[in-house]
Amino acid sequence: MSDTSLTRSAAKGSAQSFSLGRLLLEGRAFFALIAIIAVFSYLSPNYLTVSNLLIMASHVAIYGILAIGMLLVILNGGIDLSVGSVLALCGVLAGALMQGVELPVFGVILFPPVWAVVVLTCAAGALVGALNGALIAWFKVPAFVATLGVMYVARGVALLQTNGLTYNNLHGRPELGNTGFDWLGFNRLAGVPISVLVLATIAILTGLMLSRSSFGRWLYASGGNERAADLSGVPVKRVKITVYTLSGILAAVAGLVLSSQLTSAGPTAGTTYELTAIAAVVIGGAALTGGRGTVRGTMLGAFVIGFLSDGLVIIGVSSYWQTVFTGAVIVLAVLMNSIQYGKGGRKS
Amino acid sequence: MTDIPAANPDVGEVVLAARNVAKSYGQIHALKGVNFDIHRGQVTTLFGENGAGKSTLMKILSGVIRPTSGEIILDGQPVAFNTSTEARDRGISIIHQELSLAPNLSVRDNIFMGREIKGPMGVDFAEEERQVRKLLEELEEDIDPLTPVEELRLGQQQIVEIARALSVDSRILIMDEPTSALSATEVEVLFKVIRDLTSKGVSIVYISHHLEEALQITNHAVVLRDGAMTAYAPRSEIDLEWIVRNMVGENYDLGSPPGGYDFGPVALSLREVTVADPKGGDYNVVDKLSLDVRAGEVVCIYGLMGAGRTELMETVAGRLRATTGEVVLEGKEVSHLSIAQRIARGLALVPEDRQRDGLVQTMTVGQNLSLASIASFTKGLFTQKKAEQDLIDRTIKEVTVKTSGGAAAIGSLSGGNQQKVVIGKMLATRPKVILLDEPSRGIDIGAKAEVFRLLAEGAKRGLAVVYSTSEVGECLSIAHRIIVMHKGHISAEFDSTVTKEQIMAASGESVAA
Ligand SMILES: Nc1ncnc2c1ncn2[C@@H]1O[C@H](COP(=O)(O)OP(=O)(O)OP(=O)(O)O)[C@@H](O)[C@H]1O
Ligand SMILES: [Mg+2]
Repeated sequence: MSDTSLTRSAAKGSAQSFSLGRLLLEGRAFFALIAIIAVFSYLSPNYLTVSNLLIMASHVAIYGILAIGMLLVILNGGIDLSVGSVLALCGVLAGALMQGVELPVFGVILFPPVWAVVVLTCAAGALVGALNGALIAWFKVPAFVATLGVMYVARGVALLQTNGLTYNNLHGRPELGNTGFDWLGFNRLAGVPISVLVLATIAILTGLMLSRSSFGRWLYASGGNERAADLSGVPVKRVKITVYTLSGILAAVAGLVLSSQLTSAGPTAGTTYELTAIAAVVIGGAALTGGRGTVRGTMLGAFVIGFLSDGLVIIGVSSYWQTVFTGAVIVLAVLMNSIQYGKGGRKS
Repeated sequence: MTDIPAANPDVGEVVLAARNVAKSYGQIHALKGVNFDIHRGQVTTLFGENGAGKSTLMKILSGVIRPTSGEIILDGQPVAFNTSTEARDRGISIIHQELSLAPNLSVRDNIFMGREIKGPMGVDFAEEERQVRKLLEELEEDIDPLTPVEELRLGQQQIVEIARALSVDSRILIMDEPTSALSATEVEVLFKVIRDLTSKGVSIVYISHHLEEALQITNHAVVLRDGAMTAYAPRSEIDLEWIVRNMVGENYDLGSPPGGYDFGPVALSLREVTVADPKGGDYNVVDKLSLDVRAGEVVCIYGLMGAGRTELMETVAGRLRATTGEVVLEGKEVSHLSIAQRIARGLALVPEDRQRDGLVQTMTVGQNLSLASIASFTKGLFTQKKAEQDLIDRTIKEVTVKTSGGAAAIGSLSGGNQQKVVIGKMLATRPKVILLDEPSRGIDIGAKAEVFRLLAEGAKRGLAVVYSTSEVGECLSIAHRIIVMHKGHISAEFDSTVTKEQIMAASGESVAA
């Protein structure tokens, strides 16, 4: 018991003698990204240009924003299958708001300014997320089932709202004071697409929240062992509801960015995006059992998927093969996760 | 006859031997070249402090992990096991210190996991069930083989773990702290089973921090200290004092009730607290129980498994809801408060099952230690790194966790040191009332004395301490007052002058032990 200091210095020594295998394993998403960039730059001269990288990054933004929400949920030991549908629902809601809200009682049509559209859309996303959270935390519905149900319901509502049609005019009109919706998807700040900046901001804020705030610590703890966290005074239910709410808000943001990029809002947008988001989180090294994962990893995961699929498009590989490649990358990532967490985690 | 291992083990006497076995985890040397003999048809007990390397050696002997160097000799032949299945096929099985059961599966399925009995149509469940019933009968335990393991209390889970090892019919049975959650009666039954096995020629290795208990059953004693063997002796030549001297190099004392001060006002008051069976049974696990604990007072709750101690403590801490009655902390009713709010007011619980309720396996030692006091090092939105590190370092020192530092993985600590982390985590919240459910589970005598000293010191500063135990000796240490619980209520109350026999009689236990 007295040799604590002795073993401590010994342990430091071992931490420094970092083995190459371990480095490769822990930085796998990073090395995968480097490899992807290297291979495609070799195959196509257009791949590694600033303009192409920025275009690809703006595609990644959608998945990336969803993946950050998904990361929070997965850290909590849950899953959110509804994000793709919530994205569509929020997109069409924004589209509808841009067309004007008719209030028959007063006989007027309101045209909310774009900032109000954004706020209302995010609020709607939060509401759906909170519904997920409440079902899971209070009514003890398994996360998979609850969000699967909400996935269908949200998609259905989106289809009902537009009767299956798509809003194609999101420009607004200057005389109504609601122009500017395109800003999110088209404009650039210092040459960088706004959507990429939105992603970066969200990633940095979430990273800070996870590593520095008490909420982050609560989240890691309740995902690692909910009972122990509960007994240590962590408000586990509140944490749960919060992460699903955040995931809903981020799905709404992704919905806004996507409809702005496409200048249209359709009820079938974002189908299967939840799976891409899960894939990004997993490739980024997070454990589906909860408690392990970082924003940095998830971002790398999102870029791996995005740069891979765009690269395949650029060199002209058929979209069928893209699916095969993406799947292979996911399986490989999960395989490495189990190598990393399978060892050393054994109890005494 | 000497017990010191010979260079070439005598095959008649020694079934399984370790020679110069070493195991390193990076720079940590868990074992430094040990020699160890398992005597044929006898019980060999391995003693040693937390982190001495006992579990590591047992895992090597049973094929769970591989030694860094050294030799395993089975019946005079060197062997190398790659997996525990290989060792099992050669007749060696192990009961792990930490339970390794699948909580969602039934007792039957757990016992036959991986070795299902094949019938003409898939698994022969009826036959499995019959064998399980027989085993449990042998262990005198009234458990239905079809109950999911998660519905059993900790002690019963340990029995299932034991039954699983017994079901294999092995020649060599390794038991790593099999009794840490068992009641005195259950231990008696286990000993009967062990005697029965040895008379049939089965060789047993036994590890326990209950030294007196281990002395009752063992034929040989071996002491491991900091990864090296320090002493070997047959039972006839040794006593308790010998073990302790070789284990820690000094004598120990669990202490006496702290004195020289007056108790403060009542810190915790339970008024007719009643708790219905959380599993839906139609009886009360805690039945109109009233108890006052004053600041500075140390109260020990003794009781058999199932007496309602855990449920009582979980109700006070806020995990379970009382059906009726009040929990009053420093004059204020807290029954409606959440666990977090109760912790903030100075009420802390150290739970019984450290794996399930105490530790977050995915976090580091430091993050586990600071988990219950996050608010104390959060300023504004962010946690303060330095303040947290101070808290972690201070707690590691205070509860003497043997670790390479706060950044180590929690799974790299020995069982007893994990227990100290759970205790340290709650002490770090600076509580006014601390409840400890079996705090000595799996910790060595030195650490136990350390924990009790810590609690006694806290009491002197006005901390109200309530701890439960199923070892009578632990009640007769620092407790001012001893409460005996039986079927959900207090069946007797004593001051510190009581004898072991009186306590055990009041708990409804036969005093045969
Ligand atoms: N996977 C691991 N990684 C790093 N260190 C380990 C690992 N497993 C064990 N150790 C270290 O090896 C030493 C011996 O551990 P072991 O579990 O054998 O102790 P023990 O004698 O069984 O203690 P206890 O009585 O507390 O169960 C400890 O210092 C422990 O921290
Ligand atoms: Mg051990």
